[in-house]
Amino acid sequence: MIREIIGMAMILIGIAFDFLGVLGLVRLPDVYNRLQAATKCVTFGSAGILLGVFIIQGFNNFGFKVLLGIVFIFLTSPVAAHIIARAAHRSGVQLTKETIVDQYQEDRELKE
Amino acid sequence: MRTLRWIIGLILIGAFMFADFYIYDGPIYFKLINVILFSSLFVLYRVIVGPTAADRIVAVDILGILIIGLLAMLGLYYDQSFFMDIGLIWALLSFVASLALAKVLEGRSLDD
Repeated sequence: MIREIIGMAMILIGIAFDFLGVLGLVRLPDVYNRLQAATKCVTFGSAGILLGVFIIQGFNNFGFKVLLGIVFIFLTSPVAAHIIARAAHRSGVQLTKETIVDQYQEDRELKE
Repeated sequence: MRTLRWIIGLILIGAFMFADFYIYDGPIYFKLINVILFSSLFVLYRVIVGPTAADRIVAVDILGILIIGLLAMLGLYYDQSFFMDIGLIWALLSFVASLALAKVLEGRSLDD
Protein backbone atom coordinates (compact mmCIF):
# COMPACT_ATOMS: atom_id res chain seq x y z
CA MET A 1 0.00 0.00 0.00
CA ILE A 2 2.64 2.52 1.04
CA ARG A 3 4.75 1.31 -1.89
CA GLU A 4 1.99 2.10 -4.38
CA ILE A 5 1.53 5.61 -2.97
CA ILE A 6 5.26 6.40 -3.27
CA GLY A 7 5.36 4.89 -6.77
CA MET A 8 2.37 6.91 -7.97
CA ALA A 9 3.95 10.09 -6.56
CA MET A 10 7.14 9.37 -8.55
CA ILE A 11 5.07 8.72 -11.69
CA LEU A 12 3.20 12.01 -11.23
CA ILE A 13 6.46 13.95 -10.82
CA GLY A 14 7.84 12.27 -13.93
CA ILE A 15 4.80 13.11 -16.04
CA ALA A 16 4.89 16.74 -14.88
CA PHE A 17 8.55 16.99 -15.92
CA ASP A 18 7.75 15.39 -19.30
CA PHE A 19 4.96 17.86 -19.99
CA LEU A 20 7.00 20.93 -18.98
CA GLY A 21 9.97 19.79 -21.06
CA VAL A 22 7.80 19.37 -24.12
CA LEU A 23 6.34 22.86 -23.52
CA GLY A 24 9.92 24.14 -23.55
CA LEU A 25 10.46 22.31 -26.85
CA VAL A 26 7.54 24.26 -28.33
CA ARG A 27 8.15 27.66 -26.74
CA LEU A 28 11.88 28.44 -26.82
CA PRO A 29 13.39 30.42 -29.71
CA ASP A 30 16.44 28.44 -30.79
CA VAL A 31 17.67 24.92 -31.59
CA TYR A 32 20.14 24.90 -28.70
CA ASN A 33 17.62 26.23 -26.16
CA ARG A 34 15.05 23.69 -27.27
CA LEU A 35 17.59 20.88 -27.03
CA GLN A 36 18.69 21.96 -23.57
CA ALA A 37 15.18 22.25 -22.15
CA ALA A 38 13.70 19.17 -23.77
CA THR A 39 16.56 16.72 -23.25
CA LYS A 40 17.11 17.36 -19.54
CA CYS A 41 13.45 17.53 -18.57
CA VAL A 42 12.30 14.56 -20.64
CA THR A 43 15.21 12.38 -19.54
CA PHE A 44 14.52 13.08 -15.87
CA GLY A 45 10.78 12.65 -16.39
CA SER A 46 11.03 9.29 -18.10
CA ALA A 47 13.53 8.09 -15.50
CA GLY A 48 11.07 9.18 -12.80
CA ILE A 49 8.26 7.20 -14.42
CA LEU A 50 10.46 4.13 -14.67
CA LEU A 51 11.58 4.51 -11.04
CA GLY A 52 7.94 4.72 -9.93
CA VAL A 53 7.11 1.56 -11.86
CA PHE A 54 10.10 -0.15 -10.25
CA ILE A 55 8.96 0.89 -6.76
CA ILE A 56 5.46 -0.47 -7.42
CA GLN A 57 6.64 -3.72 -8.98
CA GLY A 58 9.53 -4.65 -6.72
CA PHE A 59 12.23 -7.18 -7.54
CA ASN A 60 10.62 -9.35 -10.21
CA ASN A 61 11.52 -9.56 -13.88
CA PHE A 62 9.53 -6.45 -14.78
CA GLY A 63 11.40 -4.50 -12.09
CA PHE A 64 14.80 -5.54 -13.39
CA LYS A 65 13.87 -4.64 -16.95
CA VAL A 66 12.78 -1.21 -15.72
CA LEU A 67 16.09 -0.71 -13.89
CA LEU A 68 17.91 -1.64 -17.09
CA GLY A 69 15.81 0.97 -18.89
CA ILE A 70 16.82 3.68 -16.38
CA VAL A 71 20.54 2.90 -16.83
CA PHE A 72 20.10 2.86 -20.60
CA ILE A 73 18.33 6.24 -20.70
CA PHE A 74 20.94 7.90 -18.50
CA LEU A 75 23.73 6.52 -20.70
CA THR A 76 22.38 7.28 -24.15
CA SER A 77 20.38 10.50 -23.87
CA PRO A 78 23.23 12.94 -23.01
CA VAL A 79 25.41 11.41 -25.72
CA ALA A 80 22.70 11.90 -28.34
CA ALA A 81 22.02 15.48 -27.17
CA HIS A 82 25.69 16.41 -27.25
CA ILE A 83 26.28 15.00 -30.71
CA ILE A 84 23.15 16.67 -32.12
CA ALA A 85 24.22 20.06 -30.69
CA ARG A 86 27.71 19.69 -32.14
CA ALA A 87 26.38 18.68 -35.55
CA ALA A 88 23.93 21.60 -35.56
CA HIS A 89 26.69 24.08 -34.69
CA ARG A 90 29.04 22.70 -37.32
CA SER A 91 26.35 22.68 -40.02
CA GLY A 92 25.84 26.39 -39.43
CA VAL A 93 22.50 26.73 -37.64
CA GLN A 94 22.15 30.35 -36.54
CA LEU A 95 21.93 31.23 -32.85
CA THR A 96 19.11 33.45 -31.63
CA LYS A 97 19.47 37.23 -31.58
CA GLU A 98 19.72 37.52 -27.79
CA THR A 99 22.93 35.45 -27.65
CA ILE A 100 25.75 37.13 -25.73
CA VAL A 101 28.66 34.69 -25.99
CA ASP A 102 29.47 31.72 -28.24
CA GLN A 103 32.53 30.05 -26.80
CA TYR A 104 32.58 27.08 -29.17
CA GLN A 105 32.91 29.41 -32.16
CA GLU A 106 35.72 31.35 -30.41
CA ASP A 107 37.49 28.08 -29.66
CA ARG A 108 37.33 26.95 -33.25
CA GLU A 109 38.60 30.31 -34.53
CA LEU A 110 41.46 30.14 -32.03
CA LYS A 111 42.40 26.67 -33.26
CA GLU A 112 42.51 27.74 -36.88
CA MET B 1 0.24 39.08 -30.33
CA ARG B 2 2.17 37.74 -27.38
CA THR B 3 -0.82 37.78 -25.02
CA LEU B 4 -2.95 36.20 -27.75
CA ARG B 5 -0.55 33.27 -28.00
CA TRP B 6 -0.49 32.87 -24.23
CA ILE B 7 -4.31 32.84 -24.11
CA ILE B 8 -4.54 30.27 -26.93
CA GLY B 9 -2.04 28.00 -25.20
CA LEU B 10 -3.71 28.24 -21.81
CA ILE B 11 -7.15 27.52 -23.33
CA LEU B 12 -5.75 24.50 -25.21
CA ILE B 13 -4.04 23.00 -22.16
CA GLY B 14 -6.96 23.78 -19.86
CA ALA B 15 -9.49 22.21 -22.24
CA PHE B 16 -7.38 19.09 -22.52
CA MET B 17 -6.92 18.76 -18.76
CA PHE B 18 -10.67 19.27 -18.16
CA ALA B 19 -11.64 16.73 -20.80
CA ASP B 20 -9.08 14.23 -19.55
CA PHE B 21 -9.58 14.36 -15.80
CA TYR B 22 -13.32 15.20 -15.54
CA ILE B 23 -15.12 13.99 -18.66
CA TYR B 24 -13.13 10.90 -19.63
CA ASP B 25 -14.21 8.02 -17.41
CA GLY B 26 -11.44 5.46 -17.18
CA PRO B 27 -8.71 4.15 -14.90
CA ILE B 28 -6.13 6.61 -13.57
CA TYR B 29 -3.34 4.99 -15.61
CA PHE B 30 -5.10 5.79 -18.86
CA LYS B 31 -5.61 9.40 -17.78
CA LEU B 32 -1.88 9.73 -17.15
CA ILE B 33 -1.07 7.98 -20.45
CA ASN B 34 -3.29 10.52 -22.21
CA VAL B 35 -1.13 13.33 -20.81
CA ILE B 36 1.96 11.71 -22.35
CA LEU B 37 0.14 11.32 -25.68
CA PHE B 38 -0.84 15.00 -25.57
CA SER B 39 2.82 15.87 -25.02
CA SER B 40 3.83 13.80 -28.02
CA LEU B 41 1.32 15.83 -30.04
CA PHE B 42 3.40 18.93 -29.20
CA VAL B 43 6.54 17.06 -30.27
CA LEU B 44 4.90 16.22 -33.61
CA TYR B 45 4.08 19.93 -34.00
CA ARG B 46 7.79 20.67 -33.70
CA VAL B 47 8.59 17.90 -36.22
CA ILE B 48 6.21 19.42 -38.79
CA VAL B 49 6.83 23.15 -38.25
CA GLY B 50 10.49 23.21 -37.17
CA PRO B 51 12.43 25.80 -39.20
CA THR B 52 15.66 23.86 -39.59
CA ALA B 53 16.56 20.21 -39.95
CA ALA B 54 18.21 20.14 -36.51
CA ASP B 55 14.84 20.92 -34.88
CA ARG B 56 13.30 17.87 -36.46
CA ILE B 57 16.17 15.64 -35.33
CA VAL B 58 15.86 16.95 -31.76
CA ALA B 59 12.10 16.31 -31.80
CA VAL B 60 12.49 12.73 -33.04
CA ASP B 61 15.08 12.07 -30.34
CA ILE B 62 12.74 13.43 -27.65
CA LEU B 63 9.84 11.35 -28.98
CA GLY B 64 11.91 8.20 -28.57
CA ILE B 65 12.50 8.96 -24.89
CA LEU B 66 8.82 9.80 -24.26
CA ILE B 67 7.65 6.46 -25.67
CA ILE B 68 9.69 4.52 -23.07
CA GLY B 69 7.75 6.08 -20.20
CA LEU B 70 4.46 5.44 -22.01
CA LEU B 71 5.30 1.78 -22.52
CA ALA B 72 6.33 1.36 -18.88
CA MET B 73 2.97 2.74 -17.73
CA LEU B 74 1.09 0.53 -20.20
CA GLY B 75 2.93 -2.51 -18.87
CA LEU B 76 2.11 -1.45 -15.32
CA TYR B 77 -1.60 -1.33 -16.14
CA TYR B 78 -1.78 -4.67 -17.97
CA ASP B 79 0.76 -6.31 -15.60
CA GLN B 80 2.80 -7.68 -18.49
CA SER B 81 6.57 -7.30 -18.66
CA PHE B 82 7.08 -7.63 -22.40
CA PHE B 83 6.11 -3.98 -22.92
CA MET B 84 9.43 -3.05 -21.34
CA ASP B 85 11.25 -5.23 -23.90
CA ILE B 86 9.65 -3.13 -26.62
CA GLY B 87 10.72 -0.02 -24.73
CA LEU B 88 14.36 -1.09 -24.49
CA ILE B 89 14.53 -1.94 -28.19
CA TRP B 90 12.83 1.37 -29.06
CA ALA B 91 15.41 3.28 -26.97
CA LEU B 92 18.31 1.49 -28.67
CA LEU B 93 16.96 2.14 -32.19
CA SER B 94 16.17 5.77 -31.35
CA PHE B 95 19.73 6.32 -30.08
CA VAL B 96 21.30 4.82 -33.19
CA ALA B 97 18.94 6.82 -35.41
CA SER B 98 19.87 10.09 -33.66
CA LEU B 99 23.58 9.38 -34.11
CA ALA B 100 23.12 8.58 -37.81
CA LEU B 101 20.94 11.65 -38.44
CA ALA B 102 23.42 13.90 -36.63
CA LYS B 103 26.25 12.56 -38.78
CA VAL B 104 24.25 13.19 -41.95
CA LEU B 105 23.44 16.71 -40.72
CA GLU B 106 27.11 17.42 -40.09
CA GLY B 107 27.87 16.67 -43.72
CA ARG B 108 29.94 13.55 -43.38
CA SER B 109 28.95 10.22 -44.86
CA LEU B 110 28.00 7.31 -42.66
CA ASP B 111 31.17 5.24 -42.98
CA ASP B 112 34.04 7.51 -41.95
